[in-house]
This record gives sequence, structure tokens and C-alpha cells, in this order.
Amino acid sequence: MEIDPFIFRLSIFILSIFIGYYVVWSVTPSLHTPLMSVTNAISSVIIVGAIIAGLAGNSENDFTTSNILGFLAISLAAVNIFGGFLVTQRMLQMYKKKKKDK
Amino acid sequence: MSANLSAIFYLVSGVLFILALRGLSSPETSRQGNFFGILGMTIAITVTFLSIGSFSSGLVYVLIFLLIGGLIGAFIAYKIPMTAMPELVAGFHSLVGLSAVLVAVSAFLNPEAFNLGSPGSIKLASLIEMSIGAAVGAITFSGSIIAFLKLQGIMSGSPITFRGQHLFNALLLISIVVLTYLLCLTQSSNFFWMLLTVSFLIGFLLIIPIGGADMPVVISMLNSYSGWAAAGIGFTLENSALIITGALVGSSGAILSYIMCKGMNRSFFNVILGGFGALEQSLSSRDKEHRPVKSGNAEDAAFLIKNASSVIIVPGYGMAVAQAQHALREMVDTLKKNDIKVTYAIHPVAGRMPGHMNVLLAEANVPYDEVFELEEINNDFANADVAFVIGANDVTNPAAKSDPQSPIYGMPVLDVEKCKSVLFVKRSLSPGYAGIDNDLFYKENTLMLFADAKKMTEEITKNL
Repeated sequence: MEIDPFIFRLSIFILSIFIGYYVVWSVTPSLHTPLMSVTNAISSVIIVGAIIAGLAGNSENDFTTSNILGFLAISLAAVNIFGGFLVTQRMLQMYKKKKKDK
Repeated sequence: MSANLSAIFYLVSGVLFILALRGLSSPETSRQGNFFGILGMTIAITVTFLSIGSFSSGLVYVLIFLLIGGLIGAFIAYKIPMTAMPELVAGFHSLVGLSAVLVAVSAFLNPEAFNLGSPGSIKLASLIEMSIGAAVGAITFSGSIIAFLKLQGIMSGSPITFRGQHLFNALLLISIVVLTYLLCLTQSSNFFWMLLTVSFLIGFLLIIPIGGADMPVVISMLNSYSGWAAAGIGFTLENSALIITGALVGSSGAILSYIMCKGMNRSFFNVILGGFGALEQSLSSRDKEHRPVKSGNAEDAAFLIKNASSVIIVPGYGMAVAQAQHALREMVDTLKKNDIKVTYAIHPVAGRMPGHMNVLLAEANVPYDEVFELEEINNDFANADVAFVIGANDVTNPAAKSDPQSPIYGMPVLDVEKCKSVLFVKRSLSPGYAGIDNDLFYKENTLMLFADAKKMTEEITKNL
């Protein structure tokens, strides 16, 4: 009997939860705020779906509701992607070690 | 680009996202981690464009909207003050939630574009996945909006409760399951809209009963939800990058919620059911006798600090409110010139989000190896001369260790009272968030400094 592709996706999902569990426990508590902003940025990979929705179908200039919702989702996700990665970058640059005394 | 090839690239970007989180295990590798994250995102977006192949006139609009969003995001990222990080993160969560909803609705209206069947006969599994993604996305959206409004101070931070709240929420949750079932049965779009409406309502109702200082848990929880929403959409789109990311973010938020709950010695459900703080106020006003308090001015404080050989600083949310981190750092610079050892002690729930204090101190150029977590530093208080408590309150309350009647009994606290002397910067004697008096105020070795945290710190520096 053939296995439903859904099962494979479910396997990826479950294994990723375990990876996430172990990876996140190893994050140092002082970086918990950057952790939240970077998870924010990466969860906006949902933009992939938004792009598909925005580009779907018609070749003429009239857009369906589905297209327009896609466009909106693209800009929302883009705010998050750029905002999330940049603000994380900004924060991480501030974390400095003690300067060695001469 | 063939479907198989793009699936492999999506897998690559999923792996890069794992490495991005892995990088955060130490500040040295974190910047590289962030780079991996950006690379993963770039790959995912590029592959999506390439796999579509034939571009319709929509492409121009897609790029325009991408650019607009990107510019707004970049602008916010550069402008936002570090003290406003909790609001920013809450706001960003709401955007993830809303875009999940929009993608789900868009897929529902035009299932052909996503290979999910045709309107009216969408594949059953896709319909369920879509409903989960849309419902969780909607809850994340409205919940984050409320969290944002509370953090921003537009909405009062005090819990809003009403009779039968829990029962009502439970009924709404059940209705989501029923609506999903009906939707699958009939494919009628009416049920889909109802499902979305109920989910928006739940997100709203879930967050209004939760008070200001529980925000670290709420933000972490919404972080987790935004991940599960993304994963739900990932299943619909059969996209492994989204599934992996959703699972990572979902478990990350769940772990942070757990750490925050443990920091307050409360169960997750206790926080979620809300109303904390409203209940205990009556209790505290009852036994509030007028005990003597020693208060002093900046000169007294400067004298104490000057004669110390080691000082531990305990920052809290009040420091963020007063924007006192830079003034604090200047004071510490002066102390270091006088060969006084200074370290910082951070309680897990200090501030309004996990790690909030660490970011503020980093912003003020405090090296991260002078900043310690509760377990690392708690034994040092007994050997320190001065504890300088700035903007923290409940996390220093010894009642959590000694008084089983106290609502915060059992919560891990910083052993501030073991220091030879304690300087407590606070605007007034009013109780903290938990609504209970802090025994520390009345201890023999405590000197209260009633002033704005920033002004007081500046005054002390002048007097050193």
C-alpha cells in the first residue's frame, strides 16, 4: 500500500518540533529577546504562500479577491521579514564582551 | 524549476533556519546565525518566484507590495527604541497571524492555484489544515493586538474579567471544532467566515484577563501560536520550509512560556486563566500596618556605594520605564574607576518579555559577561556589600521564601536581603504588580531611595 504524502509531512513536522525543543533549550537566556524577534522573522516565510496567492491565475489586468489578499499578505510578511531580521541584527550588534584591560 | 528541485531548496532554507536558532546559543555565534536566517529566507523567496515560472501581470504588484512592506519593516527596525521591544514583538506577531489568515482565505477562494481542488470541492485534508492555520492565525492576530495595546499603555494593563468568562471561552473553543466539522461536511464558505470570526473573538477574550506583568508569558505564548499557524499553512501548501519553521517557532515559544511560568512559580493554566493581582489586593490592604522605613537621598546612597568593594545591580521593568539604563552604566563606570566590583543580577521574569533586561543593558554598552542569571548569581548576594535594586520589586521579595500565605510563595527570588546593605530605588512605597507588600522595604539594612530611577542614578553619580 502506498503511503500518503501527508504522513511524510507529518514526520517532518514532528521531527522539527524535537529539533526546535533541543535547539531552543540551548539558547542562552540573555538572548531570549533576539530569539523572539528572529523566530518572528523566520515564521514570515509564510510569504511563500502569499506570493503564490498573489501570482495565481489570470494573465489579464483584473485581479481576483484571492490575488489582492495575497498582495496584502506579502506586504505584511515583508514588514516582518525585514523588520525582524534587521532589529535582531541591531540587538546582536550591541552584545559585547568585556574589553581586556591593558 | 521542477517541483522536486524547489522542494529540496525549501528543505535547505528550513535547515538554515535551524542553524539561525542554533547560533543564538552564544552571543559570539549569534550574528552568524542571523545571517543564516536571512540566507534561508532569500532562498525560499527566490525559489517561489522561480517555481511559478510564467509570470502574470501580477508580478509587478507582488514586487511593489514586497518593497513597501520591506521599507516599512526596515524603517521600524532602525527607529524603534530598545525599551519598546515587547510592543514591537507583539506587533510583529499580529502581522504573522494576519498574513496566515489572508493566505488561508486566499487559498480557500482560489484552491486551484495551490493544487487543492476546486472551490466547493476542496480536498478534505487541505480543508482541515486550512481551518487550523486560519483559526490559529486569527487567534494570534487579535491576541497580539490586545497584548500590543496593553504594553503600549493604550489599554489598561489591569486584568479585565467578567462572570462566566471561562465557560464562555470554552464554548467558543468547542464551536471552532464544530464549525470546522460543518465546513468539511458542506464546503460552505459561510462556515469558514464564522470560523474566522469566532477565532478573532477568542484571541481577544483570551488576552484581556491577563495582567501587565504576566506579559512575558503572553508574548511567548503568542510567539508559539504564530508558529503553529505557520505550520498549519505549511501543511496546506505542502511546503517543508514552512512546516519546519512553524514547528521550530511553535516549540520555541512554548519553551519560553514554560521558562517564564517557572520564573513566577505558576502553572501555565493559572496564567492563562488570568485575573492575577486583582484578587490579592484586598488581602494586602488588610494587614498593611505602618512599619518604619528608612529612606535616604543620593548622598547617603553614594556614601554607601563608595565604601563598598562589590555591588550587585538588580534591574527591573522600572528601569525600562525610566530609560535609566544609560545613567546606570555611567554610575557603574565611575564605580569601576574606584576599583569596585560590579555585576548585574537578572531575574527570568524581569521586564515585559524574556531577556528584556539583557537587551537594555547591552544597549547601554554593559558587557554581557558582567550580567548573570538568577541561578548563577544568587549565592553571591551574601558576599556582596551593596545590592542596588532599580525598578524591580516582586522578584526581590523575601516573602516568597518565608511566608506560605503570600501569593508569590515559592516563586524563585533574588536573595537581595542577604547583602550587607540594600539600596532600593522606587518612586513610592506602593506594592508591586502582585499587589503585595515587599518585606524588603522594612528590613534593617534597606535604604529606600524615593525618586525616579534615572534622576536618582544621575544624582548618585554626581555625589560619588
